[in-house]
Amino acid sequence: MLDRRILRAVAPVAIICLGLSACGSKKKESGSGKGGTTVKIAFIAPLSGSLTALGVGMKNSVKLAIDQANTKGTVKGFTIELDAQDDTGKADVGGQVAAKVASDAAVAGVVGTLNSSVALQAAPILDKQHIVMISPANTAIGLTGRDKIDAQVRPYANYFRVATTDDIQGPFAANYVSKDLHLTKVAVIHDKKAYGQGLAAAFTKQFEANGGKVVSQETVNPGDKDFSSVLSKIKPTGPELIYYGGEYPEMSLLSSQAKPLGLKIPLMGGDGVYDPTYITVAKDAAEGDLATSVGAATEKLDSAKQFVTDYAAAKFADPYSAYGAQAYDAANVIINAMAKALKGKKTLDAAGRQAIIDEVQKTDFSGVTGKVAFDKFGDTTTKLLTVYKVTSGKWNPEKSGEFS
Amino acid sequence: MTLFLQQLSNGTVLGALYGLIALGYTMVYGIISLINFAHGEIFMIGGFAGLTMYKYVLPDSFQRKAAIALPLVLIFGMLCSIIVALLVERFAYRPLRAAPRLAPLITAIGVSIALQELIRLNYPGAKAPVPFPRLISRGAIHPGGITIAYVSIFIVVVAIALMVLLQGFISGSRTGRAMRATAQDPDTARLMGIDTDRIIVTTFVIGAALAAVAGVMQGMRVGTVDHLMGFTAGVKAFTAAVLGGIGNIQGAVLGGFVLGIVESMATNYMPHGSAYKDVWAFVVLIMVLVFRPNGLLGERVASRS
Repeated sequence: MLDRRILRAVAPVAIICLGLSACGSKKKESGSGKGGTTVKIAFIAPLSGSLTALGVGMKNSVKLAIDQANTKGTVKGFTIELDAQDDTGKADVGGQVAAKVASDAAVAGVVGTLNSSVALQAAPILDKQHIVMISPANTAIGLTGRDKIDAQVRPYANYFRVATTDDIQGPFAANYVSKDLHLTKVAVIHDKKAYGQGLAAAFTKQFEANGGKVVSQETVNPGDKDFSSVLSKIKPTGPELIYYGGEYPEMSLLSSQAKPLGLKIPLMGGDGVYDPTYITVAKDAAEGDLATSVGAATEKLDSAKQFVTDYAAAKFADPYSAYGAQAYDAANVIINAMAKALKGKKTLDAAGRQAIIDEVQKTDFSGVTGKVAFDKFGDTTTKLLTVYKVTSGKWNPEKSGEFS
Repeated sequence: MTLFLQQLSNGTVLGALYGLIALGYTMVYGIISLINFAHGEIFMIGGFAGLTMYKYVLPDSFQRKAAIALPLVLIFGMLCSIIVALLVERFAYRPLRAAPRLAPLITAIGVSIALQELIRLNYPGAKAPVPFPRLISRGAIHPGGITIAYVSIFIVVVAIALMVLLQGFISGSRTGRAMRATAQDPDTARLMGIDTDRIIVTTFVIGAALAAVAGVMQGMRVGTVDHLMGFTAGVKAFTAAVLGGIGNIQGAVLGGFVLGIVESMATNYMPHGSAYKDVWAFVVLIMVLVFRPNGLLGERVASRS
């Protein structure tokens, strides 16, 4: 009885010790490569769970940026090391690893996170230690404080992102519909959730400003399965396209139910519907449907050619995934800021960290995903988005562009 | 006018499905005065079983032939639903038949959650809605400018045929007569030599078969099945049964159609349309219960407490 109790108490401790020693030994090896003080760029994203593919691609891209900087000696007198942390895509775990990173005096900056919900936990913790955090993928507008219309206050001075935000998607889609598709009559449906309603409202505003007419406005309930009534109601108003603010479970059913009712028009949504499941559910009804998503397909960008070549040359086991290019840019923003902020210094201290944040704010260079610069909220000034279209059962990039 | 007819046809299809599920609620209530809250899950299992038949059992060459695939999918769905309903009746409800009414009711809710989770955790891909085959060609007819998909016609025809069959069975056959006798007074029925246990089992079997057909047809119509589909449909069907007068077979059918058509019409003619369609459905329920507390056609069963 007693033995078992002791074992139970000792086992986790032993496991933790083993884990720590493994990490420790690894760090020493990589640190002994180049001269100078070793500083770390931490990376926080899911490295296990359903989003692993995205996280690993980002991690490899950050690693690539750091290795290149070390080889070139971009930050004089310092050797940079990658400290990759797994947030498992969960907000509470993200808070824990952020606390771990924040307690490490050698950390100069953080690239991450993938999920907005995780960033909401991590950003304030890192902010207290004045550690700069740059997200390659967060799109929730609240993170930079622009969600409050009356008093927009930036909540975390350390938080920046190279990803475009959700609120640009609606207007971008509206411009695509009126200027590229030349459609003037659109029906708008949303699911009353914050994301869907916001998207639909932003779309409507821009579309009407472009001279288009919203012929029908409807709402549905998240979780509804039967949309024949609402679609029947829309049909006589003669829309040329249906814009849906919401996510793919409902829009895939809208699409598959609209076409048998004789509404043979495309449906369009935001990044909440840009998912392969949309097509497996709606099947051939999905053909011609559209979605916007933030960023651009990396392989289509001229500015990304060098990155794609370098990534292939580095022989990583996994592809760079949807946010690899953004992660590479984010890492380079930190590296460039470090080069300026730590010039002539021997060690990294609190003042150095603050100087890095200040330098990141002043960032202005052309990266893999385009021009990289931040506004006063820490949001990217490059509003790069892509319209995707379902053709032959797959989402294919139709048009990438900047929203202006 | 076209729009009105279009919504009427949409509502009729919806109502046919509600009616089919409501029959199971109302029959079980009629016989043993139990609100079988797990009935929605029997409907859900019918849908998933039909999908299993199609996806994992049928060879590719049969999948494209609706004439072969459709009956097999329906029969397998019914079979699985019946087996689950029998197990539930035997192991969850029968031991509690003499217990206070609240005990089987709570058990029913427990069974409902257990079945949902069973599917969610064990069926491949069931954590998200699972795509369901269309089975019937996607065409439609256009009488008077409205659009009625083939699948809608199929649903209404099958549902009405089953309802007529059931009515004939209950009013015409020996077992049907025994069911009515058990519903009126189980003790006297047993004294007259009726095997009431067998009658109760028969009731569950019929209810499960009807629900399974509804589950498969719901999958065909909507294009997906998911582990929670039984909850929403179950609540609606239960409402339909109460609306028509619980325990009353014709009442369940009528209640189903009324509810379906009200929902459809509310989407079109009421402020806030489809977002509030459930609100209007329940407003109608409350109004009916205020003026006719026993439902539209009245509660058929004498109350036994």
